[in-house]
Amino acid sequence: MDLDTSSEISRPPSTFQRVSDRGFRILSLGFAWLTILVVLYIIWEIGSKSTPAMKTYGAGFLTGTTWDPNTGEFGILPEIWGTLYSSILALTIGTVFGVAVAIFLTEGYLGTVVYNTLRLCHLQQHRLFSKAPTACETLLKNLVELLAAIPSVVYGLWGIFVVIPMIRPTCNWLHESFSWIPFLGTPLSGPGMLPAALVLAVMILPTIAAISRDALVSVPPKLREASYGLGATRWETLLAVILPTAAGGIFGAVVLAFGRALGETMALAMLVGNANRISVSLFAPGNTLASLLANNFAEAGGDENKVAVLMFAGLVLMAITLVVNMIGALILQRATRGLKGLN
Amino acid sequence: MPELIDAPAPSQSAGSDQPNLNALERSLRKPRTFFSVLLSILATLLTIIALVPLFSVIFMLFYRGGSNLVASNFWNLPPAPFGEGGGFGNALVGTLVMVGIASLISVPFGILAAVFLAELGPFSRTANVVRFCAKLLSGFPSILAGVFAYSAVVLVTGGFSAWAGGIALSILMLPIVILTAEEAIRMVPSKMREASIGMGATHTQTVLRILLPTAMPSILTGVMLAIARAAGETAPLLFTALFSNYWIVTNNQLDLNQPTASMAVLIYNFSGVPFENQVQLCWSASLVLVLMVLVVNLVGKSLSSRAPQR
Repeated sequence: MDLDTSSEISRPPSTFQRVSDRGFRILSLGFAWLTILVVLYIIWEIGSKSTPAMKTYGAGFLTGTTWDPNTGEFGILPEIWGTLYSSILALTIGTVFGVAVAIFLTEGYLGTVVYNTLRLCHLQQHRLFSKAPTACETLLKNLVELLAAIPSVVYGLWGIFVVIPMIRPTCNWLHESFSWIPFLGTPLSGPGMLPAALVLAVMILPTIAAISRDALVSVPPKLREASYGLGATRWETLLAVILPTAAGGIFGAVVLAFGRALGETMALAMLVGNANRISVSLFAPGNTLASLLANNFAEAGGDENKVAVLMFAGLVLMAITLVVNMIGALILQRATRGLKGLN
Repeated sequence: MPELIDAPAPSQSAGSDQPNLNALERSLRKPRTFFSVLLSILATLLTIIALVPLFSVIFMLFYRGGSNLVASNFWNLPPAPFGEGGGFGNALVGTLVMVGIASLISVPFGILAAVFLAELGPFSRTANVVRFCAKLLSGFPSILAGVFAYSAVVLVTGGFSAWAGGIALSILMLPIVILTAEEAIRMVPSKMREASIGMGATHTQTVLRILLPTAMPSILTGVMLAIARAAGETAPLLFTALFSNYWIVTNNQLDLNQPTASMAVLIYNFSGVPFENQVQLCWSASLVLVLMVLVVNLVGKSLSSRAPQR
């Protein structure tokens, strides 16, 4: 049977349409490829600009502790230490609060409280209030997400004018009373590791809370129901069934937050004190790789050696964050795959 | 016994007419029940404490920034150290210009790449690599975008410029646009796509007339989120656009090849100075910046929530 191709509705694509279709496909493929090229170009650009410094300083750059542009001696061990130390401190605080927020959101505490309050007033069936428990939970979720929307430079400002003055008396009292503990070995004279880590913890909390919440929500409900059915209390269920099942997802969240904390610049540049030294004291000023770059790049000017050295530091930062982010993404991927068998 | 099956959670169901249910009642005197309640209270407390910084930041912004914000702040230049008054007019313009440049680069780029990922070759090896690269970029420290733009633009053109700042920001916006636009195009029901192809439309016609218009609200959400993120970024601008105390004009014409002020860098520069007037301005600028970012965020989110769910 012949197809009627004379009608306007059922004609095959015209040559122009075929050519433009081909062109559009190639354009789209081209931009997809361009994404890959952009990533490669970034890595190549930073890598090639730092080769002079790699040749001059070699591995000693990673283990040196002096940073002196006048003598041309450069080492970034204090910065690597500061980056890891501040991020791990922030991660410890952020994980405790972030997972607590995720549990609070998924266990429906707020909804239960609102519902019970309404029931006390016999309003739970009322048209105006019947949606209140869900609305409150959504509001809380959005408030936590709002934390992520505030620019980091504003957190830095808040850290300078609110956090440091607030914690300073307590920190100095701790230092005077327990100065034999290495962590409390120096007084807090202003900027330092602890205020930087506290602000950093606030900044990574939404990441941990959001991804952990996703992990907790995706635990199959029948596991929870089976545990309740066996007579377990809410927290016995959480600790023995739900958290272990969601552990992969939560761990992935923590690793991704670690990646964010390592690369965070502004809040740390404003709060960490920019002192080139290694100290375990929570109150001592330090420095991080990102804030080293932030503070020195603008003045590097035409000094090619200094640019190369800073590019090398940037390359080290990139390598650390890329490895951490990839591990986090892999863990999350495996965690979601592992849950599929349970459904 | 249907009553037993229909009974709500055991803790609330101490039915007096059913003595066998009393055994299920949970008393706080039992250690395990007490432990559970204790941890619930702990989780609630931790959540409340976690929200304290948010309210503290917002309170400080309105208390210190709002009390001194006057209309002339919006069109005046930053004050000298001991100067009076002043404003952040040039920084506001600079932020808008650089975010504009970044959007012009990353939005068409991101949407076209997303069309490939979602529609033209979703399972190809290229698509997997592109997705991996986009995820890599989204976890990329923002300061490294600045390092890259410094090396690729500032060193090549020989000076700090709004272009360099815009390019640095576009690298941060790109992965957000790609990943959200891909998700948005995927969300278009496959029957619409199949109907279009069944009618004899070419792939291009399907994409341009059916998929993109249907997915547009969600794509715009992604674009708005990317813009909100770029507007608040400081690190990529520090040594690409630098800062300037003047308007970005040369001979009364817009000139993008010179150091450009931005809100975020203004806040950073004035946060560490001992001059009261500049610190006040810094808080006012923070309030304006946060409000800008939040409005863009909320508008973006409301766009996709109002989109029809099919």
